[in-house]
Amino acid sequence: MSKLIEFCDVVKKFNGIPVLNGVTFSVEKGEVLCIVGPSGTGKSVTLKHLVRLLTPTSGSVIVDGVDVATCSDAELVKLRDRIGYLFQGGALLAWMTVAENVALPLEECTKLPDREIAVRVRHALRAVELVGAADKYPTEISGGMQKRAGLARAVVRESDIVLYDEPTSGLDPVTSITINRLIKKLNKELGITSIVVTHDLQGALAIADRILLLKGGKAVECSTPAEFTQSQKPDVREFLAAMKGETT
Amino acid sequence: MTIVREPMWDDAPRSRTQALCRHLLQFLSTLGWTARILVSSIAAFPSVLIRRSGRADFAAQLYIVGIRTLPVITVVSLFIGMILALQVGLELRRFNQEIYLGAAVMLTLLREMGPFACGISLAACVGSAIAAELGTMKVNDEIAALEIMSISPIRYLAAPRLLALIVMAPILAFYCSVIGTLGGGIVGSTQLNVFFQQYISSALSIAETKDLFVGLLKAGVFGMLIGTVSVAEGFGTKLGATGVGRSTQQSVIVNFLLILMFGYMITRVFYR
Ligand SMILES: Nc1ncnc2c1ncn2[C@@H]1O[C@H](COP(=O)(O)OP(=O)(O)OP(=O)(O)O)[C@@H](O)[C@H]1O
Ligand SMILES: [Mg+2]
Repeated sequence: MSKLIEFCDVVKKFNGIPVLNGVTFSVEKGEVLCIVGPSGTGKSVTLKHLVRLLTPTSGSVIVDGVDVATCSDAELVKLRDRIGYLFQGGALLAWMTVAENVALPLEECTKLPDREIAVRVRHALRAVELVGAADKYPTEISGGMQKRAGLARAVVRESDIVLYDEPTSGLDPVTSITINRLIKKLNKELGITSIVVTHDLQGALAIADRILLLKGGKAVECSTPAEFTQSQKPDVREFLAAMKGETT
Repeated sequence: MTIVREPMWDDAPRSRTQALCRHLLQFLSTLGWTARILVSSIAAFPSVLIRRSGRADFAAQLYIVGIRTLPVITVVSLFIGMILALQVGLELRRFNQEIYLGAAVMLTLLREMGPFACGISLAACVGSAIAAELGTMKVNDEIAALEIMSISPIRYLAAPRLLALIVMAPILAFYCSVIGTLGGGIVGSTQLNVFFQQYISSALSIAETKDLFVGLLKAGVFGMLIGTVSVAEGFGTKLGATGVGRSTQQSVIVNFLLILMFGYMITRVFYR
């Protein structure tokens, strides 16, 4: 297995205040990495570095051998084409229906015939259980449904890397399980390398190959689910205790 | 060009002077950025017109700019024409020169007030809406999502809006002049004892093609300014809902100022 994504000692400051303070981790090809951690520790910021929506103050972010922060625009486009991104808020375009939103990346960036696009969109919507809402506008559906529509849009291109920013928060437990299964299935069947930011520890334990705990701007622990739950590091114990308190 | 920009500095300014210098640099960089938005949008016009979806967007924007603003523009230009006729007419009457009322109103409208009325109406109705819409998209990460999907926000969002404004503004300015002249004629015939026919023939006798073309050029420039400023304000929005409010307000203020300044400068260039 080869390292597809590497964060090397990434520091990111906003207005002088470090949010990421020397984060180092790597993701292997075909792996599911779950990032967990308290709210506001920079999980979304970490994901944004992978597509150069943010650039590190120091350190480097490397995707498939390319330094994201310094690569040329042409290389960046090529890189972004390989990456699907689910934003925390869904980020759907308001004047398009759910189906049109999901079709957008295919219509604008591929030369697929309309019929093929329709098939793929339908397939993606079925996977997130949104076929019934295909012709509704984003403002007419609930937050959880918007999130699932965003998820469908992120995976419809079948990119080889997909970044999920909280795919299950705001969803009911049953749908959460469906979504987690979907992420795992895409990973297994298509070999999609996935980074999943989540607050859902049970979900993370179920789908992750490895779990990364981000706290205070550092990657505190990065290990397999089994090791993670057994870890003796105080930060991990504290996090697990907090999570247990929440679920009981 | 990329739309999602980061702040130019990661650290807080260490002194007042440094903060001031940074503000200045920031301002200059925003100016340059705005100019780049204009240039890249113009460069993207062909690709808007080639694509089916692009033509549909462009048509939708033409409708928003040209048709939905008509009620406001009609009322604004009607009253501007009426005010002009009343002010000028009262003065002309002192010298028994009311026969020239049509000429005076028509010239002012064609050269100056038609494009101006059109410009401020578009800035208020369309420019503010563009800034608010794109600003909301920016703070909701929709612009970022487009960029990641390799859909250029310039081509997809900025270019159709800018093109619609550039195309529609001269047409609307001409419409403003016509409506304003009619409004002036109504005031002339009802308040100032100037026969409508006399008013119209006076107006038509004076109007030159040059006046028409300078007016239309002016309106085209206003359309371009409004489009560029509003798009740049929208794309530059930060800090959530308050940021959207700020960008919207800012776009209207900057557009009004630029319309006044460019209006003066274009007049200065062509009439001296
Ligand atoms: N563009 C920005 N400018 C300034 N500060 C920012 C910016 N983006 C993020 N931050 C700051 O970075 C910190 C981490 O934000 P981030 O959105 O990554 O948190 P998170 O870990 O995703 O939290 P949550 O679980 O609530 O989504 C926050 O304190 C936020 O204020
Ligand atoms: Mg987040």
